[in-house]
Amino acid sequence: MHLAAALDGTGWHPASWREPVARPGELFTAGYWADQVAEAERGLLDFVTIEDGLGPQSSHLLEPDDRTDQVRGRLDAVLVASRVAPLTRHIGLVPTVVATHTEPFHISKAIATLDYVSTGRAGLRVRITARPDEADHFGRRGVERIRAYDSPDARGLVTDLFDEAADYVEVVRRLWDSWEDDAEIRDRATGRFVDRDKLHYIDFEGRFFSVKGPSITPRPPQGQPPVTALAHDTVPYRLLARQADVGYVTPRDAEHARAILAEIRAEQESAGRAGETLHVFGDLLVFLDDSRGEAEARRQRLDALAGEPYTGDASVFTGTAAQLADVLEELAGAGLTGFRLRPAVTGHDLPRISRDLVPELQRRDRFRTAYEADTLRGLLGLARPANRYAAATAAAATAV
Amino acid sequence: MSKPLKQIHLAAHFPGVNNTTVWSDPAAGSHIEFSSFAHFARTAERAKFDFLFLAEGLRLREQGGRIYDLDVVGRPDTFTVLAALAAVTDRLGLTGTINSTFNEPYEVARQFASLDHLSGGRSAWNVVTSWDAFTGENFRRGGFLPQEERYSRAKEFLATAHELFDSWRGDEILADRATGAFLRDARAGAFVHRGQHFDIHGRFNVPRSPQGRPVIFQAGDSDEGREFAAAGADAIFSRYSHLEEGQAFYADVKGRLAKYGRRPDQLLILPAATFVLGDTDAEADELAREVRRQQVSGATALKHLEFVWNRDLSGYDPEGPLPDIDPLVSEEHISRGRAQVRMYRDPVAIAREWRELAEANKWSIRDLVINTGNRQTFVGAPATVARTINEFVQADASDGFILVPHITPGGLDPFADKVVPLLQEQGVFRADYEGTTLRDHLGLAHPDATAPAERAAS
Repeated sequence: MHLAAALDGTGWHPASWREPVARPGELFTAGYWADQVAEAERGLLDFVTIEDGLGPQSSHLLEPDDRTDQVRGRLDAVLVASRVAPLTRHIGLVPTVVATHTEPFHISKAIATLDYVSTGRAGLRVRITARPDEADHFGRRGVERIRAYDSPDARGLVTDLFDEAADYVEVVRRLWDSWEDDAEIRDRATGRFVDRDKLHYIDFEGRFFSVKGPSITPRPPQGQPPVTALAHDTVPYRLLARQADVGYVTPRDAEHARAILAEIRAEQESAGRAGETLHVFGDLLVFLDDSRGEAEARRQRLDALAGEPYTGDASVFTGTAAQLADVLEELAGAGLTGFRLRPAVTGHDLPRISRDLVPELQRRDRFRTAYEADTLRGLLGLARPANRYAAATAAAATAV
Repeated sequence: MSKPLKQIHLAAHFPGVNNTTVWSDPAAGSHIEFSSFAHFARTAERAKFDFLFLAEGLRLREQGGRIYDLDVVGRPDTFTVLAALAAVTDRLGLTGTINSTFNEPYEVARQFASLDHLSGGRSAWNVVTSWDAFTGENFRRGGFLPQEERYSRAKEFLATAHELFDSWRGDEILADRATGAFLRDARAGAFVHRGQHFDIHGRFNVPRSPQGRPVIFQAGDSDEGREFAAAGADAIFSRYSHLEEGQAFYADVKGRLAKYGRRPDQLLILPAATFVLGDTDAEADELAREVRRQQVSGATALKHLEFVWNRDLSGYDPEGPLPDIDPLVSEEHISRGRAQVRMYRDPVAIAREWRELAEANKWSIRDLVINTGNRQTFVGAPATVARTINEFVQADASDGFILVPHITPGGLDPFADKVVPLLQEQGVFRADYEGTTLRDHLGLAHPDATAPAERAAS
């Protein structure tokens, strides 16, 4: 079983910052993030994700709020991951990237570089945004106002944004492949630093943008760092099927997990990727304590501070590490290959994951007892991908 | 009575994609692996340098329609390397070139503010203004910007970024557990900018960073570039590392500050400089000649000549005489993605001058390029180099230098070990860091120092 932790501020519960163990005044320091990632690495987790967005956090999905009682503001996730990379050894680092308003060329070289600075532990989580206020921060395109991501009036817009994200990831991957692994030759005899036949224009022409290439940054250590995305519905499931290595989904129970997996696998087949590994992880928000009663009491206390019961896209688990292990085993039985756990309070629930849940899963022979690989792909059991252009070059050479 | 000695500012530029980087030397390491950057940064910090500087590339260079392959090719992403370097250094400033044409202010401001937080106040931004369609082919917007608008966009880009940095005053985060107030003010980060290039509004989502704003550097040399720097930059990277031209540039740029209400010490002038050290001056001279021959192979010399001739010269013998044909004057250039090409404004005149030089000195094509191209700025024994650097600074040819070694990543080590101690002995370079932020190292005021008056006036 694979395990990841989703890091976001002081935790996923909006009142988490008010817990004594939270460090809200340090959220904008490197030390805070280094400590969280070190805690996850102590638990031998496969990776952490770092949330991000191009506007302030909000209690509404599609518009900003004017609240002052919750954490607002955050640092750029790619830079946080990079700042932490030299301080860690094994854990994967997966920052969130917004495809809607950023440039795939910039992100491709940034994630490739994260892979260099972490020696093979980079990944990315791609997301879209339909928030008009975030579009206004860029002023380049309007985003029509929708009522909800799954409302009928949103279908066209949301489909377009996800299609654009799929193109975005395609460009990012092509740019990673635009240098063959052995392109740098340093041939003193001829004075050539690179073999330019091993550098490739990607010549991407799509509905939303075009990119020439090649990348400015050589192919990263993992070849292609794993691409991940969160998905709740058919349209985003299609993005997973087309372009992701790891998808995060939000099943209510094992039966729901089976249904989601069936849909994703069907989409994967339609996308022509049936033979490729696509991990599907379940997302759960967790309150972990020594007894279910304590966990529930803590949840109620936080809900009272927040002024309303917490509800989100993912199921909320309250209980002990052993009870959570039971739930994860049941969901794994439905076909999920891993879990991304969202600590309700990072300072409390993340150490519970690394120090209680992980040993429990190890006792059950369901989780590693030491890091078995040096790269994120290695930890996830993903092979290093062949370079599409090198393959083409080799095929051409064989044909001659 | 003599005036007090000026303190020298020193920075280090990680050697990159041009023919001053010697990649064929057995001592040359990777220019991509993070271990190289970490080594280089640690050396610069050990030597108490003000900052490390990284350039940026957004399109691989081409010549004659093919990717240029004779120099170092490729580099990592600027922001990402600087953030990682913040983890392996404590005081060193972290300066990155970021283009104002193929980026958006909201995103760049977020990245610099984040870097400033993550480094404890050590970030700086070298604003550049490439505009060409060639680079634009890698971006959604394409090469949309007419050349004449590049500085107007850059100016507005920088002003907009400053508005975003200033949208948080710095006292908004209360994080008061007892009252439940995280923010003092619901509108923290609110901004509105309506201009010719940007029409944006909303809320910036990174709180005010330790330096308030990153330090701003500028690198252009045109009249517009100098004016842009005088109006708003904290430092300017010049390429005048020879005494008289350095003094002329220094006087010109510092003289432009008054009309913007700025004092001469509010803009530092820092030329790029290369160096070769030896145990004696004679040994250094000999080493410098060897380095030049490594930097300019026959093939490199021919390609260099093509920048001026603007035509394929591959049929010429680099050890033979210069071409007797004239350069091709055309809008289309054989070389793309290089700033260098724009330096040759009158190619026909330059070709004539070079032919005369070569004939007079009996130089081959390669000899000419070796002798007219980028020579090392400082060549000599450590004492000679330390003395020369100090003379330049005291004579107002610069406020210091950005050193570019020709070897990655160990090329800075001998300078740190042998020259810096001599400058420290002379009392013209710090023995240790006195502050923690890059503004502290550069002697620049914190932008918030003047903020209350500005706020009161607004």
